[in-house]
Amino acid sequence: MAKVFIPALLHTFTKNVSEIDVEGNNVRTVINNLDMEFPGIKLKLVEGHRIKPSISVAVDGNITPMGLLEEVGEQSEVHFLPAISGG
Amino acid sequence: MSKKVHVQTIINGEDVEFLCEPRQSLLECLRDVIGMTGTKEGCNDGNCGACTVILEGRTVTSCLVLGVEVDGKELTTIEGIADGEKLHPIQTAFLENAALQCGICTPGFIIATKSLLDHNPDPSEYEIRWWLANNLCRCTGYDKIVRAVQESAKKIKAQAGG
Amino acid sequence: MTNIKEPKKYEVIGTRPLRPDGTDKVTGRAIYGGDFEMTGLIHGKILRSPHPHARIKSINYDKALELEGVIAVVTADDLPVNPDGNISIGYSRGNILAKDKVLYVGHAIAGVAAIDPHIAEEALDLIEVDYELLSAVMNVEEAMDSSSEIIHENSFMKEFGEMTVTNNNIDEHFQHKMGNIDKGFENADLIVEGKYSTVMVHQGYIEPQAATALWRTDGSLTVWNSTQGSFPDRDELSNILDIPISKIKVVPLEIGGGFGGKIPIYQEPVAALLSKKAGNPVKIIMSRKEVFESTGPTPGGYTWVKIGVKNDGKITAMQSELAFEAGAYPGSPVGMGSLCVFAAYKCDNQLVDGYDVIVNKPKTAAYRAPGSPNAAFGTEQVIDEISQKLGIDPIDFRMMNAISEGDRRVDGPKFPVNGLKQVLESMKNSPQYQKKLKGSNKGRGIAVGYWFNVGLQSSCSITVNTDGTVNLIEGSTDIGGSRASIAMQAAETLQIPYDSVNPSIVDTNTVGYTAVTGGSRTTFSTGYAAHLAAEDVRDQMIKRASEMWGVPNDSVVYSKGQFSSDADPELSMSFKELASQLENTGGSIAGKGSINPKKVGGSFAGSICDLEIDPDTGKSTILDFTAIQDAGKAIHPSYVEGQMQGGSAQGIGWALNEEYFYDQNGIMNNSSLLDYRMPTSLDLPDINTIIVEVPDPTHPYGVRGVGEANIVPPIPAIANAMKRASGKRFYNLPMNPPAVISKLNQDL
Repeated sequence: MAKVFIPALLHTFTKNVSEIDVEGNNVRTVINNLDMEFPGIKLKLVEGHRIKPSISVAVDGNITPMGLLEEVGEQSEVHFLPAISGG
Repeated sequence: MSKKVHVQTIINGEDVEFLCEPRQSLLECLRDVIGMTGTKEGCNDGNCGACTVILEGRTVTSCLVLGVEVDGKELTTIEGIADGEKLHPIQTAFLENAALQCGICTPGFIIATKSLLDHNPDPSEYEIRWWLANNLCRCTGYDKIVRAVQESAKKIKAQAGG
Repeated sequence: MTNIKEPKKYEVIGTRPLRPDGTDKVTGRAIYGGDFEMTGLIHGKILRSPHPHARIKSINYDKALELEGVIAVVTADDLPVNPDGNISIGYSRGNILAKDKVLYVGHAIAGVAAIDPHIAEEALDLIEVDYELLSAVMNVEEAMDSSSEIIHENSFMKEFGEMTVTNNNIDEHFQHKMGNIDKGFENADLIVEGKYSTVMVHQGYIEPQAATALWRTDGSLTVWNSTQGSFPDRDELSNILDIPISKIKVVPLEIGGGFGGKIPIYQEPVAALLSKKAGNPVKIIMSRKEVFESTGPTPGGYTWVKIGVKNDGKITAMQSELAFEAGAYPGSPVGMGSLCVFAAYKCDNQLVDGYDVIVNKPKTAAYRAPGSPNAAFGTEQVIDEISQKLGIDPIDFRMMNAISEGDRRVDGPKFPVNGLKQVLESMKNSPQYQKKLKGSNKGRGIAVGYWFNVGLQSSCSITVNTDGTVNLIEGSTDIGGSRASIAMQAAETLQIPYDSVNPSIVDTNTVGYTAVTGGSRTTFSTGYAAHLAAEDVRDQMIKRASEMWGVPNDSVVYSKGQFSSDADPELSMSFKELASQLENTGGSIAGKGSINPKKVGGSFAGSICDLEIDPDTGKSTILDFTAIQDAGKAIHPSYVEGQMQGGSAQGIGWALNEEYFYDQNGIMNNSSLLDYRMPTSLDLPDINTIIVEVPDPTHPYGVRGVGEANIVPPIPAIANAMKRASGKRFYNLPMNPPAVISKLNQDL
């Protein structure tokens, strides 16, 4: 199972759960399964068929441009972060 | 609309004539009237040095000179520094020392360096930094430009000696 | 492929060849944004707000249109309406031409096109705008005060992409949490905290924004401009003008500096609308005053930092609150600042809150490691204070607490392999640090800084010429020698001389999508794409050799620029010889490479600054300065050094002198290069450089982008040096002579 880290600003929503193990072989299924635990969280992360533009998803520490399609391994860590860019 | 004035000048050794409005700067005349865009505009108020040219042996910021003022005078611009296809030692030194990044200030720096070395063929680092303080560069921190000027002085001396 | 013998050491990478565009740039032939000319060209100028905050009651431009030589005038009424109410596109359009309100001095209101720029300028004076003045909100403290004027009436604070019910000038709140902050502080033997403020500064590129637009009668739009990213410009033009990207071509010209400031577009849509009305191509070049007042500087604001530490030097808790000016529309780099603020330090208990705050100033844009310098000005001073109080050498103290591979960032992910400890070691061993600094009023300060570096999309193609040279087609505008650093990677992979690679930077119709030249990504991502295109060419060439020779594909070996076959030792051919045989072996060869990297390593940088304060004038003179940075692998060391020196110079200017100086009415009083006063050659010392190479394993050549992290540490390093020189801690930027004098006179 992948370890999903809940962003600090969603801790109220998850009743202070900050980490949770979730099944899933890619980010899409992980989010779907996360939504079973915390109904409604998917809407906070996903817009249509993609991660919200203001959010990045990192699998094993790497912010992935693949978004929902990124593969997730058994031991993977999944983080949701604010999107960043550079100068 | 204002009447245009006829100006006769020598640019990089060639006779040049043009018509300009009295309000047009030399920079504007070079770039927009004659079509010599090697001289760059960075501020249009004399503070960045990107438009530096040599007028009658002195460096001036061409944005602060009116086009009509150069009537009967002699100018050197960046287009006149190389000898045909052969680069001037200053140009070579700037390239070899990676003294440019974006390159927009480079024509002004090369002109200023030419003028410095014409006046003082063997400047100290302080003299180089003092002379070039009229020209702003935002990319390099000036370090590699100073090295390029030192190298230029050496190259020119070697050329004269050989 | 297993039949490729990789060269043991690099032939091209690590050397210092001349840049391909060099000759044009030293002779004045290179065509920058303002140098572009075409038949029928007319000139545009933009009317801008003299007020920081006002309602536009009416605009009347009849008299301007009557002036002889004026061809067209446009206002926000000429922009497409926003039927779906998309807030983000509404903000983008609002910053191009103000609709109902002006939100800062310099906010664009109307564009005029005329047969020459002087007439266009005269016409601006003939446009009548009736304003109702509103009170202006000029800094973050004021803006966050609930009694202040609300700049965007219908806007609510966001938290993690969601609207809250809070209606104030805070557009977004970021928060990152790790461990237990209260417990962390309880366990500390020493706690140091401070609030550190910075003011708005500009990137200061020497070339003002310049663009020409031609809107043809068939509805297609071409823009020639000075930009950090032609593809993002195309996308933004499509959003703002509501025309499909297939109708837009952006042709990037040479760019005279950007540092993040030429990522957004400003006058391009105005020039396009004027061209649509006039039927002519329209060129708009900004004045320097417009560059200061109407483009995107980087914000001021505050960074409050509190750090707890054990007597043995171990950090137990780190907390920060950052509030940065977004400018008139959302989007300060406070999100990035919040992630950089404690990036260098390992600590299990952290809490960071960031606020993006709307004020009546120009909308901020990226500037070299955006947000990180503002954050480091706080953190690195508190760290210095602690090391002084504990009596530990400031480099040793940082080394004791430095993050390593596998340690978590405040937002959760683990750090990949990085060069922080190697940077600290190089600082300690540097000639400058090894030398004692003696004398009164002198001080030495050090600091470190971090930038993530981004990946993003890049594409390249490579075609092979029959003389054995190749053409490298790329979409990354070259802001500081990237033609060279990308061509060098292609040459290395192809095992051909650097001079055999001819790079071209092309328009948005001619190469695959390529993101901005920025985020320290160009040498990394576009270099990676060039490497992939080169591998594609090499593999196609191997196939040709095997077909020509009638030997199996996998028997062909390419090494040191020679094709040979294990099947027959007699068979051998150089790259050049095979290139001459393309016509009769199947035709020309084109290789392609496209990438959107999933992994990218960040870069740490350090600064050592020795300075002397003149107690009579308050002037600080930098005596010696060393910049240290992890480049992963320096492709062209001269341009890596150049980035480090340039970033240091900008940091020094930011620390000691630069600021947007506003009067009480919200008017900037120093919007010229004389009064803004960026460092000249006489203000700066020699800048020593030490390149550290801890390769990023995710890149074929180990590259880490070096464009940004170098601006971060100079600012706190100078502040720390000033503390040690004067005994006074500086909590505000800039640390200019008046600030120093008033500080020195405190407690007298």
